[in-house]
Amino acid sequence: MMTVLILLMGAATPILFAALGELVVERAGVLNLGVEGMMIGGALAGFAAAHATGSPAVGFAVAALAGAALSMLFAVMTQYLLSNQVATGLALVLFGLGLTAMFGKPYEGVKAPAMMAGPLGLNGMIWLGLALVPAVWWGLTRTRPGLILRAVGENHDAAHALGYPVRRVRILAIAFGGAMAGMGGAYVSIATVLQWTEGMTAGAGWIALAIVVFAQWNPWGVLAGAWLFGGVTVLQLRLQAAGVAVPVQLLSMAPYLATILVLVLISARQKFGRSGGGSAPGSLGRSFHALR
Amino acid sequence: MFRLEPRASASLGWQIATPVLAVLATMLVGGILFAAMGFDPLAAIRTIFWDPLFGPASGYSRPQLLVKAGPLILIACGLALGFRAGIWNIGAEGQYIIGAICGAAVALAAYPLDAFWIFPAMILAGAAGGWAWGMIPALLRNWFGASEILVSLMLVYVAQKIAAWMAFGPMKNPEGFNFPGSRNLQQYEAAANPELIAGSGLHWGVVAAGVALALTWFVMSRHILGFQIRTAGAAPRAARFAGVRPERLVALCLGVSGALAGLAGLFEVAGPAGQITESFGSGYGFTAIIVAFLGRLHPLGILLAGLLMALTYIGGELAQMMLNLPAATVQVFQGMLLFFLLGFDILTRYRIRRRA
Repeated sequence: MMTVLILLMGAATPILFAALGELVVERAGVLNLGVEGMMIGGALAGFAAAHATGSPAVGFAVAALAGAALSMLFAVMTQYLLSNQVATGLALVLFGLGLTAMFGKPYEGVKAPAMMAGPLGLNGMIWLGLALVPAVWWGLTRTRPGLILRAVGENHDAAHALGYPVRRVRILAIAFGGAMAGMGGAYVSIATVLQWTEGMTAGAGWIALAIVVFAQWNPWGVLAGAWLFGGVTVLQLRLQAAGVAVPVQLLSMAPYLATILVLVLISARQKFGRSGGGSAPGSLGRSFHALR
Repeated sequence: MFRLEPRASASLGWQIATPVLAVLATMLVGGILFAAMGFDPLAAIRTIFWDPLFGPASGYSRPQLLVKAGPLILIACGLALGFRAGIWNIGAEGQYIIGAICGAAVALAAYPLDAFWIFPAMILAGAAGGWAWGMIPALLRNWFGASEILVSLMLVYVAQKIAAWMAFGPMKNPEGFNFPGSRNLQQYEAAANPELIAGSGLHWGVVAAGVALALTWFVMSRHILGFQIRTAGAAPRAARFAGVRPERLVALCLGVSGALAGLAGLFEVAGPAGQITESFGSGYGFTAIIVAFLGRLHPLGILLAGLLMALTYIGGELAQMMLNLPAATVQVFQGMLLFFLLGFDILTRYRIRRRA
């Protein structure tokens, strides 16, 4: 039982990091679809750094920096050049996948340094992810910067009129989202798979985006979504190992199908008005250009 | 310093100039990247953009231009309709794979029968498969309000798993010595999509791409549907008053782009690829997104952008062989190109004025 729980937490952690980061970005009114690109960037950079120094901790720090650096591409494009956020996010994914495929070749077949197990058999990153859930919740709802961030996300014109620096708030949020996605990606390469392979995040970034919708932009909901996803993944792997008479390829569809199902359920709840939860931030995905 | 002044309407001149600028900027930054990696930048750029057309081996690579551009253009035509309307089908890769599987299923079921109707039936099945795969996000959005971006993308991964399952399971070639992968349709005359004129690269998929371009042009600029699509994208509220039913538009755009992607997959599996394999999806569905944007969602632009993207594929392969450049170079180039394009796009919508 305990090992299943540990596996579940491990499978949930990359998604938890990436989705928490994206949640903050979206609460600031920015839709960054490039999570997958930043995750894969973090996965490679973190793996390379961990391999070079022998320290997973350094790996995760470098992954955060790499994710944030990639997110700054998106920030400059959408905040200064006012490009379409959907298209720019997509470009970030394609660019990240290409860049890592190009520079990742020397790391193929190399092993990652071992992660130390922490209390209860859970490593430090799992604990950090768990701690970040209340931290993000507290930061968003109980602090002044959090209030400003939400104001910027709900109505950027009003926030601007009140004198809040819309662009600066958004850029900081995007950087945070990038760092979180980078660490989430590094968890896949350093802690889960233990090596680097091309495109190894396999859609985790997109699942994280769906989890944010599922969570109705609430950090606790992200935790629930990440665990749900972790549960489906572990269940699927267990069924594979148990030799169920279903082809492996079909079993491994489960996380993606579950994501669609969850997305449909939550969207339906919002659409048919039986929802008590939050809705999308008012300015989500819209470019901000101050005329005055 | 500088300030941005919105234009009343997008500048036509810049709309044409920005893709060109984006290509030049990509070459420039790409060259710098190559130099940083220790390659001769000029040789690399020439190998990618010039040699496939005019170099010593161009006799081999020129036909490849149409082979690669065909599916890209076919898919991009459909995507352009949706993107114009603000409907984001980014799962064309999945629709492409499912179209190929459905088309191949018809051929494999008919094997070894030799009949005239097999290839037309495959075309229908391919289009229907892609259409159905595209209709899933459409219906989920219409019924429940689920994001078509995320659903269509998730379905890409599902489609890849189905392709893998097919290659190892139901579609595995019984005479293939237990290797994964279906029968090779190129060797099955009634189902093959051959080169129509030897040495040209022209196959039925390229013909279909040409037809799709013409139809896209007609629909977008001469048909009421094009008006509805453009209005819905530019001003959703106004579109409602003009009698546009958004649900119909979602179903139409995702369905049509799915069907076109499915067709592209079918022509690929019956022609250049030949068989369903685990890695059948080769990224055309994603590259076509870049083609649609680079072509400014306009048929003529899509034609040029499709040819250019095809060129980078061929040139990338050539550079890999001749200069040992990494295989992913093309992907990086394509990503950079989209970035530059979206960045320069500001010039079409804003004037840059010096602050007084």
